[in-house]
Amino acid sequence: MIEIDNLHKKFGKNEVLKGIDLTIDNGGIFAVLGPNGSGKTTLIKSILGMIVPNSGIIKLNGTSIKKSWEYRNDIDYLPQIANFPGNLTVKELITMIKDLRSSKQVDDERLIELFKLQPFLDKKLNNLSGGTKQKVNLVLTFMFDSPLVILDEPTTGLDPISHIRLKELITAEKEKGKTILITSHIMSFVEEIADEIVFLLEGKIYFRGSIPELKTKTEQPDFEHAIASMLSSSYA
Amino acid sequence: MLKILKYSFFDLMRSRWSYVYFLFYLLLGVMLLFLNNDLSKAVITLMNVIIVLVPLIGTIFGVMYYYNSKEFTELLLAQPVKRSSIFLGQYFGVALSLSMSLIIGLGLPFVFYGIFNSGAIWDFSLLLVTGAFLTLIFTALAFVIALANENKIKGFGYAILLWLFMAVIYDGIFLMSLVYFEEYPLDKFSLVATMLNPVDLSRVLILLKLDISALLGYTGAVFQKFFGTSFGLILSILLLFIWVVVPTFFIQRMAKRKDF
Repeated sequence: MIEIDNLHKKFGKNEVLKGIDLTIDNGGIFAVLGPNGSGKTTLIKSILGMIVPNSGIIKLNGTSIKKSWEYRNDIDYLPQIANFPGNLTVKELITMIKDLRSSKQVDDERLIELFKLQPFLDKKLNNLSGGTKQKVNLVLTFMFDSPLVILDEPTTGLDPISHIRLKELITAEKEKGKTILITSHIMSFVEEIADEIVFLLEGKIYFRGSIPELKTKTEQPDFEHAIASMLSSSYA
Repeated sequence: MLKILKYSFFDLMRSRWSYVYFLFYLLLGVMLLFLNNDLSKAVITLMNVIIVLVPLIGTIFGVMYYYNSKEFTELLLAQPVKRSSIFLGQYFGVALSLSMSLIIGLGLPFVFYGIFNSGAIWDFSLLLVTGAFLTLIFTALAFVIALANENKIKGFGYAILLWLFMAVIYDGIFLMSLVYFEEYPLDKFSLVATMLNPVDLSRVLILLKLDISALLGYTGAVFQKFFGTSFGLILSILLLFIWVVVPTFFIQRMAKRKDF
């Protein structure tokens, strides 16, 4: 369970998070949405401890994450941009990440098979295309069996088949009872898989609830328009 | 931390630059020995090269490695690894591989020349130890600069400035002030001024060991008079050690507070 209490973060003069209160219970898929620059990635990186918030408390399963790092053993994180050290091969990278995690239960082979990555295993990461890098990124994220999965724009650069595989993968993880946090700009993808929406706007939570609730609130028949209407009403 | 150190170290060992650096020292060592045919003279020439060049390479490599491994760092930050271990691991990885290039690159030609049968062995070892210290110090300072500057160009600029200041400008200012304040007793001032610059400190350290009074210069002479040769040696090694510890402490502190 994630509990976030009054989270603030400033980058210089730019106040990105202005008091986020959020509780996410175990199990289910939660989509964090919002326009560019609304603080989605900042929020996610704060949970991971990559960003140090100015104030506020983040608790994971009841314990504060501040100054602790062991808790990241329970998180699988997919970064937004697949940036890897370029002179490693795919295989070396996978071995390295395995070496760094304490959990020894990994099923990288199944995932490599699933995304058809065998021909790339001995290639250097510099020489891979954007989509293939994203697949490697997905393998690194899903090969561990952690109770919390955080995906920042998981669909970037994927071809349609991998896209379908990814959806299957996410649904399978959910059925194991995991908590999954996703950010995405692809509304059809979100509508298909998300159980609940957290909508961020200018560093605050503007809406939280299920998709049907959102449709009723905005009086729009489909999801994409509902989001758009929320955005335009806030811009007005 | 050891895991990160291992990966950084192997990463660097595979890079072309470590070999270039290694080959450079190998060539330098061979050339000096061939041209000089005298071990102790070669050691003195080496000292002059090491004292200027090692800080430069340490600074540039440190800054370059930090900025180049940004992706690696971000990947690691999301893993269950302590933050300070990531940065300290990378720092020691760089410093260690640089020191190794230096020690092996210079060591090989001297070993083949027969340093083990010569009286210059201790002078030579001290030279290598000082080189390693200078690598550790300047790589750490480079990491501090890189951590403080998001902007690569700025980071590089400050790092080069730091080297220029320590290796060249500092001495100039120091000498000028000695001339300018001629009439005052300057012993204490020059002692402190030497301790505040690791490059000067290394020079004094090596010259004390070589015991060449002609090259000691004013500070060296003051150092010798004040502390005597053996205590002076120990003191300057201790000071070099402090010069490593302080920036390393800063790396750890800055790494804790930085956002990625």
